[in-house]
Amino acid sequence: MELLLQQVMAGLATGGIYALMALAVVMIYQAIDHLNFAQGEMAMFSTFIAWQLMQWGQPYWAAFAIAVVLSFVGGVVIERVLFRPIHNAPILSSIVAFIALFSILNSGAGYLFDYTIKEFPTPFGSKPFLGITLISTHQAGMIGVTLGMLALLYLFFRGTRLGLAMRAAAANPESARLVGIRVGWMTALGWGMAAAIGAVAGVLIAPVVFLEPNMMLGVLLYGFAGAVLGGLTSPGGAVFGGFAMGVIENLAGTFIPYVGRELKLTIALVLIVAVLMVRPSGIFGRRLVVRV
Amino acid sequence: MTVPTEEIAAKQPVAVAPPVGAARRGAALDVALARPVVIAASLVIALVIPLVVRSFIAFQLTQVMVYALAILGLNLLTGYNGQFSLGHSAFYGIGAYTAAIMMHRWDITYFWTLPSAGLVCFAVGFLFGLPALRLQGLYLALATFALAVAMPQILKFGPLEHWTGGVQGLVIDKPDPPFGLPIDADQWLYYFTLAVLVLMFAGATSLVNSRSGRAIKAIRDNPIAAAAMGINTALYKTLTFGVSALYTGVAGALGAIVVQFVAPDSFSFFLSVSFLVGLVIGGVGSIPGCLVGGLFVLYVPNIAESVSTGLAGVVYGVILLIIIFVMPDGAAGFARLAAARLAGAKQPHTTEGRLP
Amino acid sequence: MMLEVAGLEAFYGEQQALFGVGFELDEGGVRTLLGANGAGKTTVLRALCGMVRTAGEVRFDGKAIAGWATEDIVRLGIAHVPEGRGTFLRVTVEENLQLGAMTRRDRAGIAADIDRVYEHFPRLRERRDQQAGTLSGGEQQMLAVGRALMLRPRLMLLDEPSFGLAPLVVAELFEILRQINREMGVAMLVVEQNAALALDLADHAYLLETGRIVMDAPAAVVGADESVRRAYLGY
Repeated sequence: MELLLQQVMAGLATGGIYALMALAVVMIYQAIDHLNFAQGEMAMFSTFIAWQLMQWGQPYWAAFAIAVVLSFVGGVVIERVLFRPIHNAPILSSIVAFIALFSILNSGAGYLFDYTIKEFPTPFGSKPFLGITLISTHQAGMIGVTLGMLALLYLFFRGTRLGLAMRAAAANPESARLVGIRVGWMTALGWGMAAAIGAVAGVLIAPVVFLEPNMMLGVLLYGFAGAVLGGLTSPGGAVFGGFAMGVIENLAGTFIPYVGRELKLTIALVLIVAVLMVRPSGIFGRRLVVRV
Repeated sequence: MTVPTEEIAAKQPVAVAPPVGAARRGAALDVALARPVVIAASLVIALVIPLVVRSFIAFQLTQVMVYALAILGLNLLTGYNGQFSLGHSAFYGIGAYTAAIMMHRWDITYFWTLPSAGLVCFAVGFLFGLPALRLQGLYLALATFALAVAMPQILKFGPLEHWTGGVQGLVIDKPDPPFGLPIDADQWLYYFTLAVLVLMFAGATSLVNSRSGRAIKAIRDNPIAAAAMGINTALYKTLTFGVSALYTGVAGALGAIVVQFVAPDSFSFFLSVSFLVGLVIGGVGSIPGCLVGGLFVLYVPNIAESVSTGLAGVVYGVILLIIIFVMPDGAAGFARLAAARLAGAKQPHTTEGRLP
Repeated sequence: MMLEVAGLEAFYGEQQALFGVGFELDEGGVRTLLGANGAGKTTVLRALCGMVRTAGEVRFDGKAIAGWATEDIVRLGIAHVPEGRGTFLRVTVEENLQLGAMTRRDRAGIAADIDRVYEHFPRLRERRDQQAGTLSGGEQQMLAVGRALMLRPRLMLLDEPSFGLAPLVVAELFEILRQINREMGVAMLVVEQNAALALDLADHAYLLETGRIVMDAPAAVVGADESVRRAYLGY
């Protein structure tokens, strides 16, 4: 029993990464109404930018802030230049565009910053958190940041005019235009925000998984899975899903025989599919009833 | 409230039709004649090629055909039936391993492995299609993604190593040309694959043009209306899943025979992504497009690599983006547009005519 | 004339739906566009708002707006209540109204206008914090009109406001429209299949058939016309 509790705690600690990623995923889903498969690569690239700035002598917080701002701009540019022109293309074509973006960012990062694994500093230190050895101060910091961002996003979307406009633009672009909302720019803004959140996620995840071009692959997968598990329409659900993924991954690794690192993902996914059988829109997701 | 239509019709001038009518009918006739000619010409070229090019090129073209067949499988499910699958690498892998195990462990001749792989994959696909009925869009994508991720793990799974050969995989012998034909093994495999391809492409074409095919497409376009029309959507969706898996599974078996080797990591999620890319590039919902997709999947990554090893991924991504920008509906969509433009350009722009 | 349209053509892809439509609307006037299904009435409204590909002239306050983006046309003071209402289903009633005022900055004015909408439609006030998708058809229609009012429009385009509503609800709605026009001077272009209601509300009417205007006369004249009565009024 104690082992179970310990593993759950440890899972929550590592799950902080996935929760953060899942939040970014759902955020952009709410803003643009489809998934950004290159989210992880964008976050990775942003983290490399921060790293490079620090190599050039910038202090941590300055590098962090600049990277976030640049990521925001980058997100907007990518939307305007890449995805706006093809927004009338079939969905499968835009998925291929995402794949292209993924490939470009991954390869580009490898070329610019090479593939050697680099260390990345953490602003939170890595001592045991409040004396509990299972969770380090960094992990606690991550969870704190995730919850903090969730709160901020909630306030933004529910409490501000701009947030309302963005929600409207994503949910019903035609009606949004009829009330004067510039839907194109709302979408671009959504991308910018998601890119910025991705940058924050990347910078916080890098100290744990170490900085290299493929660092976000596993994280993104777990993040997606967590977002789907929680329900793509619910940011809170996504965060929950992310934490759940951490716990599932840890429990699977501890309690199921033959499980190597890769099989953990499989088991997690199988569990999610099982959940989806019962709740086809995720645990907290809402089924949109379509009037015929 | 009844509206006496005769009275209204009597009052109105003849409705102006879009500028087609006779022009469009003429163009359709041209296209109808062109098709069999194009197909016949392609077949002739396909038959002659391996006799005039190097063995290695024939080998590569055989692989192109294998990929085209795999992509056709995905096309049937995603393109024609609207069920998004990221898991076709799993079916390809199952087909490949079925063939490899049959040939390696039980010494069964290669061509029996194809229908076996097909049957096994049909069963797996059908069974997977059952729970998939509950899932839509991205949620289905995740479930199929789970399948794709699971497959290499299952193939490496300790207790199954006796069958699968574990991480190292299995090696199989290249089949010899039968009846002592004066061609080498690579050329024979080419013709064998070509025959299977033609057969299965023809099968797919007749399927999509049949009543069942129309039902399948109806489910994609408007599932609620399809159900309201009396189509058993659940049955069709699961059957389509099965057939789709069958096609990709047979491709996998062929692939194993051609490459003479199967190993777990060749059948990863990235293969699924390649199939998807090939599907879109070729043209979703187009059967000949699958060949273009196969060509793309085999050659373009190599081209990208040769342009710049360090930036191969960037080059690949840029090529993809250019294609999507220029041909958002894939090669098939582009061809359709080009044909329409050519046909339209020949006729004068009319504004009178009857509504079609 | 506030709104002047001449030679308007509209296209859905390669298909032409409007063939040289022309009409006008003065400040504070109410005109109606009648016609059977498929005549192109909705297309006219969508063309005015830049939602379909058009050719021809559309002038609002003398400004040529054909080819403008929808968001910019709306900012001139043209509110469109679309076919099917276009309600933002997942946000609340109150948020729907706030969305209607998205182009305005005067917080006090917006709050006052929301109150005024609730005065016109008390049932909406009861449901102000409910998700708009849970409202009945009639209530959603009122919400759509209310949302349009939040723009402080000079012109309201209404696409089949009576569609799918019970007769009593429709009568109530049209009475409110009449009030809005009288008290606030909002001009209206009403597309309707329910000719009797529309002719009662409007001063002038146009009859549209397969993309062309075949009748252009004061409402009373159109209502008295023999063929119109037989075809559209049922007697």
